[in-house]
Amino acid sequence: MKWFAGAQSVLDPAGPQAGRIHGLFEVFLWVAIIVWVLTVGAMLIAFWKKHGGERHDDTTKRVVTACGVITVAVLLALLVASAVTGSAFATVPSNNVMNIEIRGHQWWWEVHYPDYIPHERVTTANEIHIPVGRPVRFKLTSDDVIHSFWAPNLSGKLDLFPNRVNEAWFEADRPGMWRGQCAEFCGLQHANMAFWVIAEPPDKFNEWIENQRKPGVMPSTPDQAHGQEVFLNGPCVVCHTIRGTNALASVGPDLTHLASRHTIAAGTLALDRGNLAGWVTDAQRIKPGNRMPPVNVPSKDLEPLLAYLESLK
Amino acid sequence: MTPTQEAVERGTVDLSALDRSWAPPQGLLGWFRQVNHQNIGKRYIVTAFIFFILGGIEALLMRLQLAQPQNRLLNPDLYNQIFTTHGSTMMFLFAVPVMEGMGVYLVPMMVGTRNVAFPRLNAFGYYMYLFGGLFLYAGVFLHIGPDAGWFAYTPLSGPLYDPGKRTDFWAQMITFTEMSALVVAVELIVTIMKMRAPGMSLNRIPMFVWAMFIQSFMVMFAMPAVMACSGMLLFDRSVGTHFFNPAEGGDPMLWQHIFWFFGHPEVYIIFVPALGMISHIVETFSRRPILGYTALVLSQIATGFIGFGLWVHHMFATGLPQLGESFFTAASMMIAIPTGVQIFCWIATIWTGRPTLKIPLLYIAGFIAIFVIGGLSGVMIASVPLDLQVHDTFFIVAHFHYVLIGGAVFPLLGGIYFWFPKMTGRMMNDAVGTLSFWLTFIGFNITFFPMHILGLHGMPRRVYTYLPQTGWGDLNLLATCGAFILAIGFIVFVLNALSASQNGPAAGSNPWGSSNIEWSTPSPPPHYNFANIPVIRGREPMWTDPEPPVVTGLDDSRREVLVTNTLDAEPEHRYILPGPTIWPFLLAVTTTIGFIGTVFQMWWGVWGAALSFIPLVGWFWPRERPRPDLLESGCGSGGIE
Repeated sequence: MKWFAGAQSVLDPAGPQAGRIHGLFEVFLWVAIIVWVLTVGAMLIAFWKKHGGERHDDTTKRVVTACGVITVAVLLALLVASAVTGSAFATVPSNNVMNIEIRGHQWWWEVHYPDYIPHERVTTANEIHIPVGRPVRFKLTSDDVIHSFWAPNLSGKLDLFPNRVNEAWFEADRPGMWRGQCAEFCGLQHANMAFWVIAEPPDKFNEWIENQRKPGVMPSTPDQAHGQEVFLNGPCVVCHTIRGTNALASVGPDLTHLASRHTIAAGTLALDRGNLAGWVTDAQRIKPGNRMPPVNVPSKDLEPLLAYLESLK
Repeated sequence: MTPTQEAVERGTVDLSALDRSWAPPQGLLGWFRQVNHQNIGKRYIVTAFIFFILGGIEALLMRLQLAQPQNRLLNPDLYNQIFTTHGSTMMFLFAVPVMEGMGVYLVPMMVGTRNVAFPRLNAFGYYMYLFGGLFLYAGVFLHIGPDAGWFAYTPLSGPLYDPGKRTDFWAQMITFTEMSALVVAVELIVTIMKMRAPGMSLNRIPMFVWAMFIQSFMVMFAMPAVMACSGMLLFDRSVGTHFFNPAEGGDPMLWQHIFWFFGHPEVYIIFVPALGMISHIVETFSRRPILGYTALVLSQIATGFIGFGLWVHHMFATGLPQLGESFFTAASMMIAIPTGVQIFCWIATIWTGRPTLKIPLLYIAGFIAIFVIGGLSGVMIASVPLDLQVHDTFFIVAHFHYVLIGGAVFPLLGGIYFWFPKMTGRMMNDAVGTLSFWLTFIGFNITFFPMHILGLHGMPRRVYTYLPQTGWGDLNLLATCGAFILAIGFIVFVLNALSASQNGPAAGSNPWGSSNIEWSTPSPPPHYNFANIPVIRGREPMWTDPEPPVVTGLDDSRREVLVTNTLDAEPEHRYILPGPTIWPFLLAVTTTIGFIGTVFQMWWGVWGAALSFIPLVGWFWPRERPRPDLLESGCGSGGIE
């Protein structure tokens, strides 16, 4: 998995929304550099030039006035540039838009794909798959406090409020994986509330969503069957869902296709057996304060449980 | 012959009587009875710097935690408390109070009077500020420091997600400090409008006085907003109101609107006094009258007005309608115009003057280099689309430290260096001053410039840690190193001030050759500021009119001051100011009992008010009978010789 090197950066846009802002940023940046050099240059000259002789305050005042007028003109130009970009940014394309609903929780992201028939509704967590070249409209809301949805390579951020729905959209123009992170302070684990956006060619995306629509796979080895038993008889079912089983709670992330994801703990750990074991047994050590209690799994049950969870492709 | 002696010779003042009337009370009890503006002002400044050091220690702890990824120095709970306390301390307990302190100390002297208009209220304000700060830090040291950010967004700060008393301590601290800011605003406004020396018409008011005047009006409109919303939060948390509870029809957006309606002007409340200081420093060390006095005053007034029209730019990412947001973009860019005009005026003043690069002016040069970066990044984030990317990232952290440290702390340090001889009678050491300037300047830029880049590379604010894979480690380590250089710079400055206050060379009344009348009185000034109140006949009286006529007819045997009219400062009547008294302190104590009590039980609001009745009776008890001779003369005969 490509972790970083620009995977969460404003400066490496991967779609039209972030691209627009990046273009605007370059304009503002150059204006800023020029203004700073001129201002500080003038100040330095003012200090070190040869002083004395007659003072011409009227001339100086005219120069100051001219500088003021130039400032107004430059700001007006920037204002227009900003408004033009802002207007393009806010216009949602009307054709071929895919919908995704995001629900923020302390401290993870619940992701729904509502465009499919209700009983096959796709629910996942902390990982958003999108098809390349197709605009995606996000409906954002929060389960608890205010969060902010931000994947800088794709677009700017937008807040998630409880009891309100905000709408944003973006599009990826090439396949890739980008990281996003909660940008509004939301409590103890604000720092570890990340997600990944994975843009795939349409056929690969369809493959993915077809798989996500299925219920969780049934255990295929005795070990996994034992693990499923541990899961269904343990405290896990109080919070989690695995579709196709009796685990139907929605306090924590949906685990139906857990093993198809790249990370656990909201983008904090790569998904592998060691991390999964650490998370299941003592999530508080990894993300102090998060809502997953430490689970006391007897050692003979732990390996089967992990085997089962890892089979949930 | 010293200026005082000259003045005494020209006037008819009885110095020993003046001294007796204005002498501060002695002893431990006397400390609590003090009402002279010099003492209260100095207390504000010293207390604010102590809080500045505490806030700085918190900043260093945060920088240590972030110096490397996945650091375990601070746990998330402690980190959240520390960044919340850092922000709250710097905004509420350092930046505003230190500017108020400079105002309380300097304004009466700069307008040529002997105290602020309401000396007892002034003392009361200081104690409220002190108790509010102590109250917050009591919580911090008991490990119940606030942890919802200095902006305390609901519902995170609400009863459901922040149980316990942490946010209550924070919200009540606001009530304390804003009450103090409000009383300072009231007394400065009245002092400036009614107590200027004769002849100091509006167009001769010194720039710093203008700045404090405008700032005080901003305080009057901004602080009630934050007191209201922190009060509403307290009610939500303690008696079950639902102002901000979305489940019951309240709205978290309401909090954001009210908070930022205060929060944005707050930045200018800190910044505008700094603008005033800059003008005096630039004028003095350019050795010419400030260029564009009218433009500077109008720019500051414009800043004061526009400052109230920007608050929504803190809320661009909340999903407000685009048209509304564009209005705030325009307003946010517009505020760059008055600021730009002022910077042009100062550069033009230096350009056409004969500048000597003394340390205060060096700080102003540092201010321009740093602040212009902050202003330009401010223009960037005024644009909605750009803000949506960098909002709540380290880019913003960089931006507002460039604006606040560059825009307010650099001029403040320059201002303290500049007025230090007046306050203490001694000069700070130039070599040490140069060292501390460069440490501060370099350390500041190493700390905060990389944060722009971190923000653009996706690092959000208020995170207690980050993953090693993010690649943010190197720049964070650099910023941490810079923070220590910056801290050493500040420490050197403080040590310089402490040592100079004991052993510095004597300053004389006007060591910098400055233009304004506070430099006409000895350093440190006597308790009554001026032996003779000068009559003002120009904008740079010390340069154009070194031997002005003086006011006569004030009674030296009691605390009499001259009241003048607002526009032209023509004498109206004499006014007797109250002397030392314990009641402001006792009133602050009873108010504090009420305020702290309400954090735990709302009825304490009532008990506190009842208890406050006692000191209020003492405060308003009539004690000075009008003297018959004054009644005969009509009590309105303060005149000019």
